Amino acid sequence: MFQRWKESITPTDIVMWLIGGSLLLMILWGSAATIAAGKYTGRHWIDFVIFGLAQGSIYALIATGYTMVYGVLKMINFAHGEIFMSGPYTAYFVAAAMYRSDFLDHHPYTALLVIFVVAMTVSTLIAYFLEKIAYRPLRDAPRLIPLITAIGASFFLQYTFRGLYGSGFQAYPVIKIFEGHWTLLGIRILKFQVVVIVAAILLMVALYSFIMLTRAGKAIRAVSEDKEASSLMGINVDGMVSTTFVIGGMAAGAAGVLYALMFKQVHFFMGFIPGIKAFTAAVLGGIGNIPGAMLGGIFLGLIESVGPSLFLDGLGIPAPYQLKDAIAFTMLVLVLIFRPTGIMGERLAAKKA
Amino acid sequence: MIRTRALWEHGVKTGMIGGISALLVALVGMVESFHRRDIIAEMVTMGQILLLALGIMMGYIAARRTPDREPATRCLNAMIGSLVTGGFLALLVAFGRLVNLRDVLVNASPMLYKLLTLGHSGIAGILLILLIGSGCGVFSAVLYFLPHLVRRVAIASLSSMIVVGVLQDLIRPVLSAWGPVAVIGDWLFTGNGLTLSGAISIVVLIAIITSVWALKGETIRTGYTRLSGGSRRGIRAGGLLILALVLFALPHILGLFLSEVLTIVGLYVLLGLGLNIVVGYAGMLDLGYVAFFAIGSYVTAILTSPELGFFSFTFWQALPFAVIIGVFSGVLLGIPVLKMRGDYLAIATLGFGEIIRILVLSDFLRPWLGGAQGAGKIPKASIFGYLFVGPQQIYYLILAGCLLVVFISLRLKGSRLGRAWMAMREDEDVAQAMGINLVATKLLAFATGAGFSALSGAVFASKLGSVYPHSFNVMISINILCLIIVGGIGSIPGVIVGAAALVGLPELLREFAEYRMLVYGAALVAMMLLRPEGLWPEARHRIEFHEAQTESRKPEPSPAT
Repeated sequence: MFQRWKESITPTDIVMWLIGGSLLLMILWGSAATIAAGKYTGRHWIDFVIFGLAQGSIYALIATGYTMVYGVLKMINFAHGEIFMSGPYTAYFVAAAMYRSDFLDHHPYTALLVIFVVAMTVSTLIAYFLEKIAYRPLRDAPRLIPLITAIGASFFLQYTFRGLYGSGFQAYPVIKIFEGHWTLLGIRILKFQVVVIVAAILLMVALYSFIMLTRAGKAIRAVSEDKEASSLMGINVDGMVSTTFVIGGMAAGAAGVLYALMFKQVHFFMGFIPGIKAFTAAVLGGIGNIPGAMLGGIFLGLIESVGPSLFLDGLGIPAPYQLKDAIAFTMLVLVLIFRPTGIMGERLAAKKA
Repeated sequence: MIRTRALWEHGVKTGMIGGISALLVALVGMVESFHRRDIIAEMVTMGQILLLALGIMMGYIAARRTPDREPATRCLNAMIGSLVTGGFLALLVAFGRLVNLRDVLVNASPMLYKLLTLGHSGIAGILLILLIGSGCGVFSAVLYFLPHLVRRVAIASLSSMIVVGVLQDLIRPVLSAWGPVAVIGDWLFTGNGLTLSGAISIVVLIAIITSVWALKGETIRTGYTRLSGGSRRGIRAGGLLILALVLFALPHILGLFLSEVLTIVGLYVLLGLGLNIVVGYAGMLDLGYVAFFAIGSYVTAILTSPELGFFSFTFWQALPFAVIIGVFSGVLLGIPVLKMRGDYLAIATLGFGEIIRILVLSDFLRPWLGGAQGAGKIPKASIFGYLFVGPQQIYYLILAGCLLVVFISLRLKGSRLGRAWMAMREDEDVAQAMGINLVATKLLAFATGAGFSALSGAVFASKLGSVYPHSFNVMISINILCLIIVGGIGSIPGVIVGAAALVGLPELLREFAEYRMLVYGAALVAMMLLRPEGLWPEARHRIEFHEAQTESRKPEPSPAT
């Protein structure tokens, strides 16, 4: 029955294809017009691409957390953006103290290591306790309930941190050795962008090898396949869910520090939009699929960075950069409509009840 | 060895949870800002009550959770529970006085320490906290061992005294509005907080009422059910009549400020009832609901505002357009998400909501919508020369809207469409197998919800006289979701209760407003964990949630209580 409804073409399908088609036409038209106008030089495009890669690799790191949690629990951890925020926000105080005592300038690598360790620890603890307190009791509840809990937890965490640390923007201390730029093959690249990209790639490799090569990673994959069967095989399902949250929290905390290094500020609300975008990235790559989430994140970062200038400028839209979030969300909606399985998708959006 | 550990284990565990909560409450600044409001003038403040209640609650929970039935063990655990809770605060004070925590934790101020130690410095203050902690423990142990009836009366009377104290800003103007009662108001309240005699008399009064109700309530209720159908209908009609009169007279009783609060609550009731159809009836979690509110507002603004200068309709001419365009956009946004369920739907709609807000805010649409500055000079509504200007007049407009929407919601609930929505909420595939047209049913839910939302958007635009994109952020969607969940998903009175509690209270308690989102978040989590059916549940949901509970508990051996 369901299959037949899916396969036969209904008027709503036609409307959807019309929407999609017109958007695609708009994108092509806009791109052609932008390129024809020649307002941006090759240099600009390279800058856009590198910025997009840096931002995208941060999204990719956050997205792995979403995707892994979705894999084991089949729920969207709406509060993941807050896990991402909590680490760097706490580490800010350590960083500021080190900056005041000149430690940051004299031993930048050690200082950076300390910042990473603090941020990742805090994010991990928050993720671990979040799962234990808020999500575990609801494991067998109807689907809407854990989602609402996650939304509640998200706002609770946001405003708890606002209450604890204050509501202002805090300027992250500048690490001097990462200022300036390198010239690589004749291309000028800002140093901190390189650092962000390299660090994110290293972390993703580490995470992926943990999932693919270790025993615990194997167990997590087994739990994502089938919770009951893996518990029959002697896997501690609760423990693996916790491990998943811990790893997701570590990745999010590290991503948060990279984000703070890139934008040089922290704020209690900073996790919300990157959180939704990372979710978009996870969906793009096919939710539940770890390499997919990584690719999706980088892809989204690129689209967001290149898109406003490429698609919208040519259409004569003033200040297209204001619409970059709208582009990301449009991507999300389009992917959910036309390819809910994602680029490298495994599961269907409509299949799960 | 194991035996001794088990003896006080629960007390320590509960106490640690309580202690962390107490630290959190203190460090986010709640205690300090609540301290400014006296419950009993010059004696007890809301901040102190908050901490005391936490301590007592932890002791009580520790006593109840103890598996050992020995009264002495329970007593011990209650004491430990409260003492550990206090101990965390004592540690905070001790630590905070040695190290300056303020660089990191903005609220760890000397003021907070002074407040926690009641002004005593040094060791004395810390010992005092521990003493108060053990006091809470003794109180909770006593409370636990009181007979059921006495405990109920004690809790009811004390908490209603606190509620009266908290709601002083609401109660005082109401009492002073009418001559004869104004004397009572003056006697009950000082400038800030209850008088001591007032507090005691409230406790005594409520104690008498609750004990009478507890002893005689059963007979009154059976008496009511024994009444003939006619006289019961008479009582209900009388009740409705009184309710209608009160609703009509409300803005004049309450005065300007409280009427303003009422209009805000009313707007949220309108919005909540709309979302209730989408989330509560049809079971589709829509996080982009604020988009339709924005569409309603902006359509009204475009059609009426001379500042944008396209049309110069009156409010009543613009209203149908706002609602129709709202309904239409509900369908339009509904089509793409037809095949999504659950969390995917939530995120997609969240995306829609944000897209609408970003578009409205952008320079791109500025010539039409006014960009970040919004649009102003939206005319007020009027009927036969009666102008809806101030909150006391707009109240009637909103009341009419609410009544209309409540009526539609009530009628829809039992209708064929309403039942189709609920069937779909329970199981889409089965509903379709039963011959329900999923596409039409889903789109109708989106359309109805969007229509209600657009209606309240139009009223909102006329109330404020101007629209700004910042009024339409995702927080509004979350607030509305919160209030329908706290009130009870799918329940119409629940929406009203939820709106009054979650929107009205923070407006009345300025101290509370800052912690609004924090409390909302905590309330959502707590509701889902403890009482998923809400404060005023819909009958169907109540049965379901409890069914699920008993089912999931069945396989486990029931723990000894």
